[in-house]
Amino acid sequence: MSTEALKQSPAPSSLRLVMTLAIAGLVSGVAIIGIYESTLPTITANKARELREAVFKVLPDDVSAMQPLVYRDGTFMTVEEPEKDEPVVYGGYDEQGDFVGYAMPGAGPGFQDTIALLYGYLPGEKKVVGMEILESRETPGLGDKIYKDADFVAEFSDLSVEPEIVALKKGTTTQPNHVDAITGATISAKAVVRIINETHVAWAEKLPAPGTEPPFEGEPADNGTAQ
Amino acid sequence: MKKNESYEEFVKGIWRDNPVFVQVLGMCPMLAVTNSAINAIAMGMASMFVLVGSSFLVSLFRHVIPKQVRISCFIIIIATFVTIADYTLLALVPGVHKELGAFIPLIVANCLILGRQEAFASRYPTRLAVMDALGMAGGFMLALFSLGAVREILGDGALFGFRLFSENFEPWIVMILPPGGFLTLGVILLFFNWFKYKKDEFLADVAEAERSGS
Repeated sequence: MSTEALKQSPAPSSLRLVMTLAIAGLVSGVAIIGIYESTLPTITANKARELREAVFKVLPDDVSAMQPLVYRDGTFMTVEEPEKDEPVVYGGYDEQGDFVGYAMPGAGPGFQDTIALLYGYLPGEKKVVGMEILESRETPGLGDKIYKDADFVAEFSDLSVEPEIVALKKGTTTQPNHVDAITGATISAKAVVRIINETHVAWAEKLPAPGTEPPFEGEPADNGTAQ
Repeated sequence: MKKNESYEEFVKGIWRDNPVFVQVLGMCPMLAVTNSAINAIAMGMASMFVLVGSSFLVSLFRHVIPKQVRISCFIIIIATFVTIADYTLLALVPGVHKELGAFIPLIVANCLILGRQEAFASRYPTRLAVMDALGMAGGFMLALFSLGAVREILGDGALFGFRLFSENFEPWIVMILPPGGFLTLGVILLFFNWFKYKKDEFLADVAEAERSGS
């Protein structure tokens, strides 16, 4: 920096001010587009992998493939890529391509902010077989037990949805549709149960009769990593 | 240019003019994301990247940018670096990005960063500006880490996710909640001021002793 650049005149012209900002904005815009374009594939792949892992986690172990399913114009069908904000469930299939169960995403208000979750559902037995919290800002140490407390998460590994899931005080659960709530985090625990119930009701009419689920389409290996 | 000069610019940010403990800047991320050591470090790294990058560019172009539009230009430069940091974290460490949430974009509004551009980078040569930025960011990271470590150890009984105590340890949940941030910061600031007070007292004693001795 030994050669001093042009000295500033006391009052530079307006054109110079505008040009400086325009050039700065242009360079900044190009840099932002560059970083967006270069990180987008990784970000999309990460999201797809996370979803895939969550789907396999909430469904029984023999599930080895998944595909997105939507309800459009009165029919329940397979799509390549669900539209933005379109309600979607994921069908889980075993190695022979036979249908096993659905992974159903649901979201609703928790104690602090929206809780987004995914649960595994077997329509034949009308049972929830797994639950994974995807997003939550519940209080650390209390509300976050909805995903940190292994006992609570295990409550959802074999749970009847008929007539609906009920969260009760610990130790008072007797029926297959009862869940032990978490001491100190009752609101968060009840929110999880409510989200699952609401999602179940919203889809109940749309899901096809057990045994008539859409067949698996595409190769098991690369399906699900939607781009 | 003396060699000591850049060293001096680096060290002042770490301790004497520490941005958090002495200048009390950047309080928002300081209190919000220091509930665990790893979050604190990630926030510190992101801020360091933005501060060093912005200081370098601002200092490089300090004779080109007309002073009437300097603040806008600083903000454009800072915002660009913040966006780059945001996408990079999202792509490389999605878990940490999720924890830090809105506080990554909010680095734009960290007055520490804009403050260094206005007070230092826009007036000094590039080498000194980068050293100053490294020092300030280092001091900021040190502060974030000391808060994050204390809060994670007391509030979760762990450091960087490793359990430090037996199962019998009852975590002080309040420490990882917002009040814990205020409590810890208050205690640390108390220590800093006490330390400064004691040092001044000591220097006064020495001066007194020298005077009576001579």
